[in-house]
Amino acid sequence: MTAGVPPAPVEGLTSTPNLKRRQSIAAIGRWIFILATAFAIVALGALAWYIISRGWGALSWGLLTNPPSRRPERAGLNLAIYGTLWIISLTVLIAFPMGVAAAIYLEEYAPKNRWTRMLQINISNLAGVPSVVYGLLGLGIFVEWLSLGRVVLAGALTMALLSLPVIIISTQEALKAVPWSLRESAYGVGATRWQVTASHVLPAAFPAILTGAILAVSRAIGETAPLLVAGAAGFVTRRPDSFDDSYTTIPIQLYNWMARPQKEFLDLAAAGIIVLMGLLVLMNSFAIILRQHYSKKTRW
Amino acid sequence: MSATTESLDRRENVAAVGGVNYALLRRQRFIEKTAGYILLVCAAVSVLTTVGIAIILLTEAIQFFRTESVFRFLTGTRWTALFEFDQSFGVLALVSATMMITFIAMLVAMPAGLMSAIYLSEYASERSRTILKPTLELLAGIPTIIYGYFALSFITPNLIQRIFPGASVFNVLSAGLAVGIMIIPLVASLSEDAIRAVPRAMREGAYAMGATKFEVSTRVIVPAALSGIVASFILAASRAVGETMIVALAAGSKAQIASDPLQPAQTMTGYIVQVVSGDVVRGTNVYYSLYAVGLLLFLMTLGLNIFSHWFVRRFREVYE
Repeated sequence: MTAGVPPAPVEGLTSTPNLKRRQSIAAIGRWIFILATAFAIVALGALAWYIISRGWGALSWGLLTNPPSRRPERAGLNLAIYGTLWIISLTVLIAFPMGVAAAIYLEEYAPKNRWTRMLQINISNLAGVPSVVYGLLGLGIFVEWLSLGRVVLAGALTMALLSLPVIIISTQEALKAVPWSLRESAYGVGATRWQVTASHVLPAAFPAILTGAILAVSRAIGETAPLLVAGAAGFVTRRPDSFDDSYTTIPIQLYNWMARPQKEFLDLAAAGIIVLMGLLVLMNSFAIILRQHYSKKTRW
Repeated sequence: MSATTESLDRRENVAAVGGVNYALLRRQRFIEKTAGYILLVCAAVSVLTTVGIAIILLTEAIQFFRTESVFRFLTGTRWTALFEFDQSFGVLALVSATMMITFIAMLVAMPAGLMSAIYLSEYASERSRTILKPTLELLAGIPTIIYGYFALSFITPNLIQRIFPGASVFNVLSAGLAVGIMIIPLVASLSEDAIRAVPRAMREGAYAMGATKFEVSTRVIVPAALSGIVASFILAASRAVGETMIVALAAGSKAQIASDPLQPAQTMTGYIVQVVSGDVVRGTNVYYSLYAVGLLLFLMTLGLNIFSHWFVRRFREVYE
């Protein structure tokens, strides 16, 4: 810096009408940006307020313990909760190991060639396929071709395929975040590729993998369209006890109530939404806590 | 690994030729190969999924087109699939509703999403960012059926029917607004990524010339990030086209060429939901029509997704 010489005052930069105009445009622009951001927040607030104020009165233990019924005061989510538990646990059992394995293949094993690139493009395209199309896949292949019928297993397989690309992509991100030096230190002492992966990379990436998987699962819990198409029942009378029982899930039970004309069912649906959102918030906060806990411990 | 040292310690197992443990090496090579193959198989499942989607959509749609002409399907404007007599499968009726809802949704999501992306990356303090960003992401995590409920029982009676008393209980506008709100976070987060990728030096150069923050944002940053921003719009449109539960709940099930946003209309996804909510038997024309509509939907969203990736690659400004 050459000190000492003050810059010559530039003619017209300090307070011309033009500068004033530009500054007031900037001030207005800033408020427009703030309002645009506020729009989304207000929408979220209105949604939350509306659901809670409408559903609060209809919240009760009966909502959790009653089976579905044609009378709103006796209808509940009980069987749907079991259905959701069945579908989600099977989905996790299928999609989590498979998704993690596929991601490990792509990040640690795959040669960098045209096939790998196509595999990658294929996965990102799969993540963009509308969920209702996965429903058609499930209906066509699992329910009809393989003749599984409209049962838990067919629904879970459908949801597993739907969640797979999401889990693969988030696991890949987690694996990419593991520094190369860690792998090289293990290779340096003579470890094989699998040993490097299993003993160094996976443990280091695991919290992030788990966080991604929890988010994928919480998305799957709220999915309605694919299971509606792939054969979840509109009205079930008994609890699903195995893979080949018919089932319904929480969002589908809610859809069923929403499609009815009676006001009481719409209130009940709002209460059911509170239950569903409570479940999702619980899972998401678990994921956040997990992430924060481990991100404090790991330092590269 | 402990397994390695263990077997090295067991001297009787060591077939030592020049200090090399061949048994161990063989075992490791076996594990190595097997692991590689298992991982490859898992990755291949994603290819199988794509193949499965393509095969099932094509074979069942072909069944449909054995009795219905492709041309009449693609150009017809009357969709009366569930009529007992006088069935007509003119998919333009459904496509028009999908397009109108997507259009309304984009009118909401493009400005709101882009402007909140600019606000978050250029204006917001670090502290308000840490609050605002997760809140926006929360919007993305809400199951779409909840938006559908919100559209049907809040937006329609409390907003639309207040402003337009003639609006129907089921209407396109309400569904479009809800879909728009749903895709705001997608536009916002993808646009913000693009905006953040614009190098600091460009901002600083503009500020040094005396530009206001608004001028920097609108004349430097947005043009520099334009490819990413447009790609985020296209991806959001693709999401809107495929959105199902909101339109099934709020837009109604009257298949007609959508012309009035205050009237009901049935989208492609809405039709699929309506059919599967009833009794659908394989082998009927209605069952196969699900797949013809599904195939068209799949091709439309795939086209949009590919277009968006191509757009980024083609028009990206690369900075050092």
